[in-house]
Amino acid sequence: MNRTGTSGATRGFTRRGVLTTGIGVGAAGLLAPLAAPHVWAKSYPTMGTFPAGVQGKAVFAAGLFPLTGAYASLGQDEKKGFELAIEHLNKGSDVTAAVPSLKKGGGVLGKKLESGIADSQTHSNPAVQAATRFIDTNNAMVMTGAISSAIAVALEELGQRKKVIYMGDVTASNATTGKNCQRFGFRLMPDNYMFCQALAPVLAKALGHNLKAAYLVPDYTFGTSLYTSLTHAFAKYGWTSATEQLAPLGSTDFTSYLLNIANSGADVMFNETVGADEVTSTKQAVQFGIMKKMKYVIPLLSPFIYKSMGPEVLGGMYGTMPWYWGMQEKFPLAKSFVADFHKKFNYVPRFCAAQCYNSMIMWADAVERAGTFYPPEVIKALESGYKVDTIAGKVWFRAEDHQGVSPVPVVQGKTKTEIKGEADNYKLIEVVSGEELMEPLKDTGCHMPTTTAA
Amino acid sequence: MPPMALLLSQAFSGFAFGTLLALMSSGLTIIFGTLGFVNFAHGAMFMLGAYAAFVVLTWSHSYIAALAAGAAVLLIVSVVLERGLLRFFYARPPEDQLLVTFGLSVMLIEGIRYFFGSDSQRVSQPNWGDGIVNFGGLFYYPLYRVEVIGIAAAFLLALYLLLYHTSVGLMVRAGIEDRLMVGLLGIDVRKMFLLVFAVGAMAAGIAGVIFAPLSAVIPDMGTPFLIQAFVVVVIGGLGSFGGAIVGGILVGELLSLTTAFNPDYSQVSIYLAMTLVLVLRPRGLFGAVGRI
Repeated sequence: MNRTGTSGATRGFTRRGVLTTGIGVGAAGLLAPLAAPHVWAKSYPTMGTFPAGVQGKAVFAAGLFPLTGAYASLGQDEKKGFELAIEHLNKGSDVTAAVPSLKKGGGVLGKKLESGIADSQTHSNPAVQAATRFIDTNNAMVMTGAISSAIAVALEELGQRKKVIYMGDVTASNATTGKNCQRFGFRLMPDNYMFCQALAPVLAKALGHNLKAAYLVPDYTFGTSLYTSLTHAFAKYGWTSATEQLAPLGSTDFTSYLLNIANSGADVMFNETVGADEVTSTKQAVQFGIMKKMKYVIPLLSPFIYKSMGPEVLGGMYGTMPWYWGMQEKFPLAKSFVADFHKKFNYVPRFCAAQCYNSMIMWADAVERAGTFYPPEVIKALESGYKVDTIAGKVWFRAEDHQGVSPVPVVQGKTKTEIKGEADNYKLIEVVSGEELMEPLKDTGCHMPTTTAA
Repeated sequence: MPPMALLLSQAFSGFAFGTLLALMSSGLTIIFGTLGFVNFAHGAMFMLGAYAAFVVLTWSHSYIAALAAGAAVLLIVSVVLERGLLRFFYARPPEDQLLVTFGLSVMLIEGIRYFFGSDSQRVSQPNWGDGIVNFGGLFYYPLYRVEVIGIAAAFLLALYLLLYHTSVGLMVRAGIEDRLMVGLLGIDVRKMFLLVFAVGAMAAGIAGVIFAPLSAVIPDMGTPFLIQAFVVVVIGGLGSFGGAIVGGILVGELLSLTTAFNPDYSQVSIYLAMTLVLVLRPRGLFGAVGRI
C-alpha cells in the first residue's frame, strides 16, 4: 500500500487503504460460502471420482448385474433390489426411516441418487468393462452387483485401482473378503464359511455322523471355497469326502459328474451349483436316481429353484440362503421391505434383491455418517463397526476384512401339504446370528491393502 | 483307473449326448455347406424348439405334439427370417453374415426372455421315459436318455433319406459341392436355399425339443450348444452330413470319457481335438478341400 502522498514521500498504511482492504476481505469472507461452500468444510484431496462425481446435484451409483447367462434369474432379482434402494433413498420409506442418518431422505448428503445398470452376462470381463465406463464417463461414486464371486473379485480389484467403493452384495466365496480382500471392497452377506457353520449342526443332527459325502462343485472361486468350508465344517461330525466333481459354470450336461457321484458310494450328495446350473443338475440327478441312492442337499439354495423343481424334490430338504422373506416375521423392517417390493414388482423379493438393497443402505448410511463422499472417510465409517438396523436385523462390517456380520437363516423345503401361499416354499428352522459364525481372521488369508495402494 | 461300470456308463452317456449334438450339428453343417452361411443363430433355434416344447407340454402331454410344435415353430421362423432378412446377405462378406445372424440370435433370446422371463421353465419327461434301464447288471441308465438316442437317430435317418434318396436332396448335395454350377444348370437356387435353411433350423429345433426335459429351459440355453456344434462341424468337415454325425458322437464321447478320468479337462479336450484336426487335416475328417 505504498502511495506517494502529496508531500512526495512514500507512505505505508493509509486509513483509506486499511478500510478498502478490510471491506474487501470482509466481503470475500461473506461471499465465499455462496461461491464455494465446500471451502469452509474440511477440504479433501482428489481421489478416484471424488470430488468430480459430487460437483452436481446428483451422485451416480453403478449396478453390474447378470441379466443374461446362467445366473440371469438371480441377476434380475438383484437389479430390482437396487432399483428399490435408489427409490427409497431418494424418496424416503419406512425402512430407510429406521436408520437415523437416512431419516430425512432426499438422496444422500442432499444429493439425488442417479443410477446406471449394465449386464455382466455372468462373466467378469463385461462387468469390468461396463464398470470402467461408468467410472470414467459418469464419475460413479459407488459400484455394486455380482452374483458370481468371480465378478465380485474382479470388481473389487477395479475399485481398489480406480479408488471407487464396491459393495459386494451377492457373493459367497470366502476369497472376496479373504485372499482377494480390498480396502475399497465390502461384502455384507455371510460368506461360505458362515453358511457351512450354520448348516452343519442342523444337518448332522438330521442325517447323522461319520457319513461319506459327494460334492458337485462349480469350478471357480465360489465352488472351491464352498467345498473347503463344507468339508471343514462337517469334519467335526466325522463326515468325509467321497468325491469332488468340478463342473464348469454354465454346463448344460452334468451326466458325467453325476455318474461319478452315483458310483462313489456316498451317503449324501452336496449340490453346490447355483442358478440355472442348480436346476439342470438337480433335474438330471432325479433322472439318474441319485435321490433314491443318497440324501440330496443344496447347501446354498438359489431363489426360484423351488418353483422350478417343486415339493417332490425340495420337500424336507435342508439348506441355507443369505436372506429369506419369511424372516419378516422376525424383523419388522423386512416386512415393510417385502410389502414395498411386492407392490412395485408384483412378486416377493428373494435374497439377491434383499442383499443388494441392504448393501446400498449400508453405503448411504456410511456416507451420511462420514459427512462426505471422500472414499477414505466413507471407508472409515463402514469399518467403524456401527450397527445399522436393517431388513436382516442389526448388521455391521468387521473392520479387518470388510466381512459383514449378517445372520444366516437355515431353512427346510416345505412339502406339498405345508405350502400356504405364493412363494411359501421354506420353513425357517432357525436364524443364526452372524457373530458366532465368523471365520477367524488369521484363517481368512486377507492382507488388506491401504487406500492408496493400487 | 475308474471302474469298468463307470467307464461303460460314461461311454453310453457320451453316445447319447453325441447323437443329440449330431442332430443339431447336421443342421448347421448343411446350412453352411449349401448356403455358405455361418449361422450364429443356430443356438437360438435350438432354444426356440425347447420353448415350443415347454408351451405345448403345459397344455397337453403329447410328446408328438411337442415335436410337431418344435418343427412348426422353426419352419415358420426360418422361412420368415430367410425370406425377410437373410437372403439379402448371401452375397455379402462373411463378417456381415456373422454379424446379422449373431444379432438375430440376441434378438431371439431377448424376445423369449421378455415373454417368459429368465427363470428356468420346467419341462417334464414323457411318461414312457420314466424309469431306469439295467444294462446287464453292469450299469443303470435313465430310460428317457436311451430313448433320446432312438429319437435323434430317427430324425438323422429322415435327414439322410432326404439328402441321399430324393431328387431334392441330390440338388442340395450338388449345391454343397458347387453352388455356381447348380445355378447355371437352371435349378432354382433360391428355393433350395430356403429349403435347406428351414431343414437345418428344424433339425436344431427338434434337438431342442428332445433336450428340454433333460435340462433347465432358459433363454440362454442354446449358447453352449452352439459352440459345441461349431467344434463338431469343424472336426467333421464343413458341409459334410456324415462328418456331423461322426463328429457329434466323437465330441460327445470325448466330453463324457474325459470326465471319468479328470473332469477339469473335459471341456478342454474337445478344443484340443479341434486344434489337432485343424493342424493335421484342416478340411475336417470328412470335409472336401476348398470348401471353406
